[in-house]
Amino acid sequence: MRVTTTVNGTERTADDVWPGESLLYLLRERLGLPGAKNACEQGECGSCTVYLDGEPVCACLVAAGQAIGREVTTVEGLAEGEALHPVQEAFVEAGAVQCGFCTPGLVVAAADLLARVPEPSDPEIREALAGNLCRCTGYEKILDAVRLAARRQATR
Amino acid sequence: MTTTQTGVRTTGRIGDSAQRPDGTLKVTGEFAYASDLWHDDMVWGVTLRSPHPHARIRRIDVTEALTVPGVSAVLTADDVPGENAYGLEHADQPVLAAEFVRYEGEPVALVAADHPETARRAAARIRVHYEVLPALTDPRRALDDDAPQVHPGGNLVRHLRLRRGDPEPTAPVVVSIDFEVGMQDQAFLGPESGLAVPAEDGGVDLYVATQWLHVDQRQICLALGMPPEKVRLTLAGVGGAFGGREDLSVHVHACLLALRTGRPVKMSYGREESFYGHVHRHPATMTYEFGAERDGTLVYAKARTLLDGGAYASSTAAVVGNAGLLGLGPYRIPSVAVDAYGVFTHNPPCGAMRGFGCVQAAFAHEALMDELAAAVGVSPVEIRQRNGFVEGDRTVTGQVIDSAAPVAELLQRVADLPLPSALPERPDLLDLPGAVGNTTHGEGVHRGVGYAVTYKNIGFSEGFDDYSTARVRLQVVAGEAVATVHTAAAEVGQGLVTVQQQIARTELGVERVVVVPADTAVGSAGSTSASRQTYVTGGAVKAACEAVRTAVLQRAAVALGRPVAGLALDGDKVVGPSGEVLAGLGEVLGDDAVEETVEWRHRPTHAVDPETGQGDAHVQFAFSAHRAVVDVDTELGLVKVVALDTAQDVGRAINPDAVVGQIHGGSAQGMGLALMEEVVVTDGHVRNPSFTDYLLPTILDMPPMRVEVLEYADPHAPYGVRGVGEPPTISSGPAVAAAVRAACAKPLRRVPIRPEHITGT
Repeated sequence: MRVTTTVNGTERTADDVWPGESLLYLLRERLGLPGAKNACEQGECGSCTVYLDGEPVCACLVAAGQAIGREVTTVEGLAEGEALHPVQEAFVEAGAVQCGFCTPGLVVAAADLLARVPEPSDPEIREALAGNLCRCTGYEKILDAVRLAARRQATR
Repeated sequence: MTTTQTGVRTTGRIGDSAQRPDGTLKVTGEFAYASDLWHDDMVWGVTLRSPHPHARIRRIDVTEALTVPGVSAVLTADDVPGENAYGLEHADQPVLAAEFVRYEGEPVALVAADHPETARRAAARIRVHYEVLPALTDPRRALDDDAPQVHPGGNLVRHLRLRRGDPEPTAPVVVSIDFEVGMQDQAFLGPESGLAVPAEDGGVDLYVATQWLHVDQRQICLALGMPPEKVRLTLAGVGGAFGGREDLSVHVHACLLALRTGRPVKMSYGREESFYGHVHRHPATMTYEFGAERDGTLVYAKARTLLDGGAYASSTAAVVGNAGLLGLGPYRIPSVAVDAYGVFTHNPPCGAMRGFGCVQAAFAHEALMDELAAAVGVSPVEIRQRNGFVEGDRTVTGQVIDSAAPVAELLQRVADLPLPSALPERPDLLDLPGAVGNTTHGEGVHRGVGYAVTYKNIGFSEGFDDYSTARVRLQVVAGEAVATVHTAAAEVGQGLVTVQQQIARTELGVERVVVVPADTAVGSAGSTSASRQTYVTGGAVKAACEAVRTAVLQRAAVALGRPVAGLALDGDKVVGPSGEVLAGLGEVLGDDAVEETVEWRHRPTHAVDPETGQGDAHVQFAFSAHRAVVDVDTELGLVKVVALDTAQDVGRAINPDAVVGQIHGGSAQGMGLALMEEVVVTDGHVRNPSFTDYLLPTILDMPPMRVEVLEYADPHAPYGVRGVGEPPTISSGPAVAAAVRAACAKPLRRVPIRPEHITGT
């Protein structure tokens, strides 16, 4: 089947998509956007988190066909030109990135949190990121990064 | 591929918290992990695996699979051109099973097709005729005479025998314990993946996520029947490792398919396959006994440890070595008798995971130290301080500890940290065990505090020739001094690329350092394991930089007509004894590049005596202590970890932020094993191969973690560094288990601790 969807502001089309393919496969293998990651492919780890019409979703749980005519934003679409999104900047600065495989999903989830709740409490951060597994950091520096991004955002 | 040529400039010398050069790529989604690789005209490879823990393969019929449109190859054991065997220490594992399968999930056949789903469907149409055989799945039976034999040579992988002091010791206070540790998974997030590209010379280029390129290359060459120059490996981006990438996974399979089809082949496991596609941490059964004076001073220790190695040897022998040689903890003990066994079974193969044999043992010796403390009436901190190593002590193998061993101070540091405040009368649900499950409002909740301390060998032990190779080049590009560092060392997330840059900046005085992708075009760096890379590859980079600096300054001395002594490099300048600029680096080098390659070794270690286990087996020891605070709902068996604090001696923190990050992450993995992480295996079958059923700590499970970093430089190590990555994984779990025991007043002799163990139901 043919899938036409808007990804990071650009209309993209893929042909010969097998109906069983996920949005994650479409993005990674057909549209050249491997930023969303394939760690569990059953919606447990959050590594594939992208926006679908402004809502964060696990791209592995969305069929490619469900994205037809809708808007997808991936981690590749968060930065504005050379300027990183405040959450991206904070993840680098706070040392919240080790292997980084969970990072794209966490960055999208954290950006979504700060868009909704500009000054989240620690429990709010933990609740919002509870669906994103990280195996390297023990999450401490991820909390630091989100707090840092919130502070930065408040002063801008 | 891990490259730092990003245009994003970072700065920082040793001791600075320099930022990762790959950080920007990782937050923007541009960093190329092994599973992100793509090639024109590539096909996908998948693996057909055994559904049985033990069976004879009668016949394999691939005809139907070959007829599936889009399939380009189907391979079985008959298609392995070289030796159908690989393994880290012993080549006992078939690339593809030939006559027997020895564990559930063992690779039997491969398929390449133009879509991964096509390949999977074709694999399902391969007909394998199995004769199911009785499986040995209880490691306690492995050494019985009538046990099924996993391999012709018997079921013993290694018996480590340690004897010291009085062979028949007695003591006024004797405590003993049986303890069991479940099978833990590394659960790195980036699945096993690689891309094999057939080359014009008949060889193959493999881009793969791994921990040690050269040990992979050796095994792949054996299986392909090709010389190393035809099997070239480049490190692809690694999404975590933790020991689980020491053994081969997709490596040979992808190469076989690429060479057969003549097309690039990508393989990438899904999570379920990943649980079958790498080794796990050995489950352990342990019996320990300590004898002590009435004041708690240890007199003797006896231990018997049984590790289930599963179907193939992997690194079981070395894990047994650690469990035996280091398995009594960081304590002075005059008389010891330890027997550690690793055995074959038809369970999933076990091998390396962060902490490597010390993790299992620490649960037993730390639980027993608490028993001893109770028996003699002193606190858990005091019993450990009284018996803990100090510099100059001899370990139980007779080795003198020749650098800092601050066991008592580490314990004091965590003990002196403020305790978290008690639960208020009306606590927030999020702060309670069960949280928003609304299972308690505080009733039935008891708080417990637990301590643990550990030591771990750094680097490879028991006489292994443990070295790393670094190639460093210095040149002037567009008027700027640029150092290029090339090693084969695997960056797996820990930050070695950052450390390499920091060392080169420090040694050469340059700001711009490019770390090129790790590959086999340069000599071996050894494994990214045993907490060794900052020490060993760091040592190699330092030595190569020193060689470059010497060569450049010699050139400068000739050009300037001055003695080389007193000259130094500072950025793109050569300076004299008082810092005066004598020449620009560009003037000295012109268009030349100065390049040096150095193979660097740490001090030799030695094999232990086979009868007594005595000997100087290790090059360095690292120490850490944890204090855990937990709230336990004793009615429902639910645990909330309230605090998990660490003190660790790191010798010298090359990158303080990265050091703390390692300690946080290691602590989380130890906590996971104490409370939730277990690969459940019954009758040789894995019951929970998914992240839905294998539970990992989430951000809601992890408490705030305070970290006290001590820096007692090791005079024998480059810059005084001490390995960092593993100790926190070893001491955190036992501290959590001790805290839970304290909260619910139950012995809890098995981890992970499940709710039913706490409630007794």
